[in-house]
Amino acid sequence: MPDLLIELFSEEIPARMQKRAGEDLQKLVTNGLVEAGLTYGSAAVFTTPRRLTLALGDMLAASPRQVEERKGPKADAPEKAIEGFLRGAGLTRDQLEERDTPKGKILFAKIEKPGRPAAEIVAEVLEQTIRNFPWPKSMRWGTGSLKWVRPLHSILCVISDEAGAEVVPLTIDGIAAGNTTRGHRFLAPAEIEVSGFEDYQDKLSRAFVVLDPAARADTIWHDATNMAFAAGLEVVEDAGLLAEVAGLVEYPVVLMGRIGEDFLGLPPEVLQTSMKEHQKFFSVRNPKSGQIERFVTVANRTTADEGATILTGNEKVLGARLSDAKFFWDNDLRTVTSGAGMETWVKALENVTFHNKLGTQAELIDRMATLSRELAPLVGADADEAEQAARVAKADLSSEMVYEFPELQGLMGSYYARKAGMSDAVADAAKDHYAPLGPSDDVPTAPVSIAVALAEKIDKLTGFWAIDEKPTGSKDPFALRRAALGVIRILLENDVSLSLNDVLGQSAEIVGDRDAGRADIADIRGFIHDRLKVYLRDLGIRHDVIDACIAMDGSEDLTLLVKRARALSETLKTDDGENLIQGFKRANNILSQAEEADGVEYSFGADPKFAETDAEKDLFAALDKAEAKITSAMAAQDFSTAMAAMAELRGPIDAFFEAVQVNADNPTVRRNRLNLLSRIRTICSAVADLTKLDG
Amino acid sequence: MSDAAQKPRSFQEIILALQSYWARQGCAILQPYDMEVGAGTFHPATTLRSLGTQPWAAAYVQPSRRPTDGRYGENPNRLQHYYQYQVLIKPSPPNLQELYLGSLEAIGIDMALHDIRFVEDDWESPTLGAWGLGWEVWCDGMEVSQFTYFQQVGGHDCHPVSGELTYGLERLAMYVLGVDHVMDMPFNSPNAPIPLTYGDVFKQTEEEFARWNFDTANTEVLLDQFNEAEAHCQFILEQPAEDPKTGKRIVMAHPAYDQCIKASHIFNLLDARGVISVTERQAYIGRVRALAKQCADAFVQTRAGGWTPDAESAA
Repeated sequence: MPDLLIELFSEEIPARMQKRAGEDLQKLVTNGLVEAGLTYGSAAVFTTPRRLTLALGDMLAASPRQVEERKGPKADAPEKAIEGFLRGAGLTRDQLEERDTPKGKILFAKIEKPGRPAAEIVAEVLEQTIRNFPWPKSMRWGTGSLKWVRPLHSILCVISDEAGAEVVPLTIDGIAAGNTTRGHRFLAPAEIEVSGFEDYQDKLSRAFVVLDPAARADTIWHDATNMAFAAGLEVVEDAGLLAEVAGLVEYPVVLMGRIGEDFLGLPPEVLQTSMKEHQKFFSVRNPKSGQIERFVTVANRTTADEGATILTGNEKVLGARLSDAKFFWDNDLRTVTSGAGMETWVKALENVTFHNKLGTQAELIDRMATLSRELAPLVGADADEAEQAARVAKADLSSEMVYEFPELQGLMGSYYARKAGMSDAVADAAKDHYAPLGPSDDVPTAPVSIAVALAEKIDKLTGFWAIDEKPTGSKDPFALRRAALGVIRILLENDVSLSLNDVLGQSAEIVGDRDAGRADIADIRGFIHDRLKVYLRDLGIRHDVIDACIAMDGSEDLTLLVKRARALSETLKTDDGENLIQGFKRANNILSQAEEADGVEYSFGADPKFAETDAEKDLFAALDKAEAKITSAMAAQDFSTAMAAMAELRGPIDAFFEAVQVNADNPTVRRNRLNLLSRIRTICSAVADLTKLDG
Repeated sequence: MSDAAQKPRSFQEIILALQSYWARQGCAILQPYDMEVGAGTFHPATTLRSLGTQPWAAAYVQPSRRPTDGRYGENPNRLQHYYQYQVLIKPSPPNLQELYLGSLEAIGIDMALHDIRFVEDDWESPTLGAWGLGWEVWCDGMEVSQFTYFQQVGGHDCHPVSGELTYGLERLAMYVLGVDHVMDMPFNSPNAPIPLTYGDVFKQTEEEFARWNFDTANTEVLLDQFNEAEAHCQFILEQPAEDPKTGKRIVMAHPAYDQCIKASHIFNLLDARGVISVTERQAYIGRVRALAKQCADAFVQTRAGGWTPDAESAA
């Protein structure tokens, strides 16, 4: 069976888009082919800065012939009806088949759709793929109207088998598909003719193109670690950078360079950030001292001088960058070690707007300081320390280093706070209070950091609520969803119990009346609960389970709420738990219907003496036992025990419904049984609002 | 390649090499625009000529001013006044990358010894209402040029698309000449009877302008000038297309655009004086962008911008 090779050759594709583009190419082409009946055996996709390549193995040479059977009118139907049927099927009368059926002789038509050659289908699918490719950003060039990530230069599209290779006939906006590509931009720029995937890969590899991004990354990492090891050093791991650099080169050549002596005293994060963000260098560390001493850069070519010129150039560029950084660091240190410490910077923030409706950064700091003080006792922090930490946490926004490297905010603050003589807890809070920034980012764990990090996020929520800038739809310009998730994770991961209502209330008080008046705390709590649902769903807890727990008292304490939800979720996974819910719902339904019909509420007065059957008596006993257990467990906030006790009711409840007709003829017995059902409802509802559960 | 040149020895030789290279590629070698601009893109030969359907190919040096970057001539790499070399070709030719690489060879960068990379860098000018996709070009890890395919300018889709190249001349020249401090760079030949360094030419002005930009420029005067330029630009554009004196159709896109450039530079000065708050900043940028858009609207109503009487009557 034939193989298919496609290469889309363009000007340099941004590194961050390559992986996804490869996946999209594979998905769009293979989906299109399979939909048209062209199945294949294997698929492989490769990307380099200049090409997207897809190779399919064992593809059908043509789509299979399809036969469609169509039922027509009766054989003795009027001539007109038969003619119409023949027209629709594109057949003549003698091609129809007569079949005996219970309804008499009926005409059947067999319509054959011939298979189509692969090349025809591939041409259509590839054109669709190119025209509708989901690049995150695409562009036009020259006089054309085709859109691609950068100008598309050539399309290689070849179907090959033992007999040879055939170019798929296809022209898109003046670019005709062919059987040629080019090698490395500088090392082998000539045109290369290829006959199939193996030939393509071989020739490219001789033309200094390593097609497979994983192979490029492996080479880079392997050579870099070896080179560092030989010098007694180690490369600082950075998977993101490795993938990016592998996407910047077709022929990676690893070079290790030196960092000027003058710069070795800079904080390692400054060195790392400057080298990574601006230069895409890996940092190379001395394992003994932990200091960054060298760097690794990856060139896209070999040279006659073995990279000497390239390395000198890179060292020089780095030197210029780092002398800027050192200049900032020295200036900043001079400021913080002067008498005023970080106060100068905090003062400067009086002139920096946080948001025009929420005041300056200095005002924000005041609010955070007040709120951190309030939060401190709830999270086990010293109130004075928490307040001080909040006051200096954002001071580094005035520093020269953070002006130049905004991504170092917080981290520089903690360096400077230490240099200014503040406690470790205060210094750490500067670094930690922005966290967590992403879903996989660590949350702060030190009490002072927790207080300031919470204050920062809660103030943000109440503040933006008070000016009516809540997120809508996909718009969340102030990252309030992230702030809410931050609050959730900080509380849960540190097992902090506090009342959201109280804390939001304090914060709303501190923020005061703004454009939209006072922040609506209930609304914010609902927003946080919504984020919590998303967060817990990712942890495998169903949204209805969370709803069942949110409906309970105390749900403004997220830690408690989640403990309840976890316990309920676990219970529902057991056979007893799941069936108990069915039993509960049955009881609740019967009860609700009876209450509605009778216009009364059956709430108490169930008496074992009216019990007629053993199952009924057993249920009385089981409820007494469960109630005692649940009450004491709930008092101790031991949800697992409470729910286990609840799940134990499954047997007696099932047996009860098996044996007993609730709506008995005897009104006394009926009332007693309804009151018994009411006990089930009451006891179970102490654990969670089970009516909110699905199914 | 035939363009491989012997290594230049001075700043001006590099400029001359670029001029002659792009002249050989068929570009009109223009002269700098005679107004203060923040970047070569502001030259009407780029901003306005990237609009409309008329083909275009131009290259020029443009003195550029970034008042906030002034360092009194002390920083080895930062200047408040510097030179950009700008190339704009419309429609972008299919071999623009190769043409560009040829220009590096022309200034003495040996492709066989250096590592040239095209690294994603999308260009956006909020003040011009313009954006494009492209790269910053790296030579051994140093950004030596910006390479952009214009997609939109002044709110108008570019059709055809222009290819724009911008070289930061000082930085590029320092690299080629192996100089660490910009002020030490030979401006003319070191063997000239009167050899001049970049510092001999610009140290004095960097000092003077840094003081003026940061501390002396009268912000009240500047604020008035900004408002005047804005009003003036709008006044020009409000005039009817037909000139009452000559009876000809004369849409005054360029005079209006001069006022837009003026407003933009005054805004930069105000920014350097630190009197524009973060929120005001956005508002000012929006005002300049509104002017740029109106100028773009006007330019496409000129013959140079592709307007024809036929198109008019057809519409």
